[in-house]
Amino acid sequence: MTTETLKTKASVLENLVAVRAMIRRHKRNDVIFAAIGLIALMLGLLTLLTLFIDLVMDGYSRFNLEFFSNFPSRRAANAGLLSAWVGSVLVMTVTFLTAVPMGVAAGLYLEEYAPKNWFSDLIEINVSNLAGVPSIIYGLLALGLFVYGLGLGESILTAGLTLGLLTLPVVIVSTREAIRGIPVAIREAAYAVGATKWQVVKDHVVKYSQGGILTGVIIGMSRAIGETAPIITIGALTFIAFLPPTPVTEVAPFINFEWLSSGFTVLPIQMFNWLSRPDHAFHTNAAATGAIIIVVTLLMNGTAIYLRYQIRKNIKW
Amino acid sequence: MNTATNMQTQPTALSISPRLAKNVSRNIKERIIELILMLAALSAVFTTFAIVAILLYESLGFFKVVSLVEFFTSTQWTPLFEDAHYGIMPLVSGTLTTSAVALAVAIPVGTIGAIYLSEFASHKAREIVKPMLELLVGVPTIAFGYFALLFVTPLLQKVFPGLPGFNMLSAGIVMGVMIVPYIASVAEDAMRAVPMSMREGSYAMGATRFQTAIRVVTPAAVSGIVAAYILAISRAVGETMVVAVAAGQQPTLTFNPMDGAATITAYIVQVAMGDLPHGSIGYQSIFAAGLVLFALTLGFNVIGHIVRKKFREQY
Repeated sequence: MTTETLKTKASVLENLVAVRAMIRRHKRNDVIFAAIGLIALMLGLLTLLTLFIDLVMDGYSRFNLEFFSNFPSRRAANAGLLSAWVGSVLVMTVTFLTAVPMGVAAGLYLEEYAPKNWFSDLIEINVSNLAGVPSIIYGLLALGLFVYGLGLGESILTAGLTLGLLTLPVVIVSTREAIRGIPVAIREAAYAVGATKWQVVKDHVVKYSQGGILTGVIIGMSRAIGETAPIITIGALTFIAFLPPTPVTEVAPFINFEWLSSGFTVLPIQMFNWLSRPDHAFHTNAAATGAIIIVVTLLMNGTAIYLRYQIRKNIKW
Repeated sequence: MNTATNMQTQPTALSISPRLAKNVSRNIKERIIELILMLAALSAVFTTFAIVAILLYESLGFFKVVSLVEFFTSTQWTPLFEDAHYGIMPLVSGTLTTSAVALAVAIPVGTIGAIYLSEFASHKAREIVKPMLELLVGVPTIAFGYFALLFVTPLLQKVFPGLPGFNMLSAGIVMGVMIVPYIASVAEDAMRAVPMSMREGSYAMGATRFQTAIRVVTPAAVSGIVAAYILAISRAVGETMVVAVAAGQQPTLTFNPMDGAATITAYIVQVAMGDLPHGSIGYQSIFAAGLVLFALTLGFNVIGHIVRKKFREQY
């Protein structure tokens, strides 16, 4: 062998070493970036965990039955959530009864009925625009329209309708997504045996998409239950130490609607109220309330996500 | 259906065939149902118009007293004081500063997260991580407000001893963490829309995953990623409870995140908490502030959608 070939061989080897080093370096970069990416995504989760632990640590002394059965009070240790959780349940009832029928109907119209023209485009643009409007703007709408315009006052009805409007885009979007998954063949089969459009929609489209719709409804409701800003804006941040009239009465007609016009407070408002007081004893109450709200919303969201997972897994057209 | 059978048993004078009668009643019912569904869909249009109408109507009363020049140039916002000034700029500066801090956190973290989800995560990892991000979105913002005021601020005060109890830094950081899932999911959608063949071409040339992600996928999806940022700004601008609790209530013209200052949303909350008479200038001022907020968020939303639509590359 000549020295020439030896030299080239050496340089090739050197090159090979260099190339291998480069590949190693780049592969290492891959691993490093994957790790950073995972950490970046976990940051949010870590925050949530810290937040929840912080709330429980600060508020655990208030986790007892009295906290749920007492009215708010000027003494932090005696103050409770009774009027707040009852208010939340009643407001959510109104929200559910407005947002779900309207949202599902609107979703059905847009997917099954709406012709492709400027009119349908207008509705669609509005729905996607409404989803991006800050919640506090809905509060201003409610203040001008429901509280003063229609004279409904700072009542459960006002709050329920406001949150209903806020939830509407969520319900519409999830209804549409659920409907879109249904193959055309199903509709055609129904038409072929003489069903009308409404019969197709009612007996087939709604039936097969109800799981997806339910998922959206739960997510929408969980968002509404934690909404604070619009409720404050309608002026509901007051000291409420009474319960609204019961919806079910002992004498005929067994149901009354006085509760709709009653003053109220809800869980996040009560938390904000306690949080904005300078006295630290009330912060304990706020922390306990926060932990409760988080558990409720996480349970609702978790249910929705699990439900969706199950639906996806079981769908076989 | 019932009316149809009735018609069958009692033929009318004109003697329409029962079959035709059934069809007619069916058609009418179908029309009515379609009309009802359309009205429900129109509620969205109605809501938008109601928002604009209410904001404009109440702001009109406000701008009868306050000139537009004062509104946009005065550097003080004190509508509830004896010596009233009506300059929106202090509220806008507070809003922009908290949003800027939030984006400074959310953009890098969200983008890296999106790249990971789209290019690195296995199918299984994605199935676990994405629902968790959704859970984070579902947490009520008031809880994050508590966290900013009573956890993050004391923590930051250990690093910056002079930091006041109410400051925009802590509110902005917490808000940023809240927005991360939003940026991550919108940007990830954009990246996943990049066709596989482009990645395969890059891999065939010997590029690694990281190189492909940074030099091929990200540039190809840049419009979607930018749209995610713009939509995130809109979120940050409209966020209320975190800033109302933790950023302070004093309208101050400052861009220093270490200061406390009120945002537009915090001002609305602050006024709504008090008991202002309907129709007073203070009452109208929250609608004027709301109008500015609505215009800001609408502007960002529209730009975001245009960017996403217009610059979406066709492969």
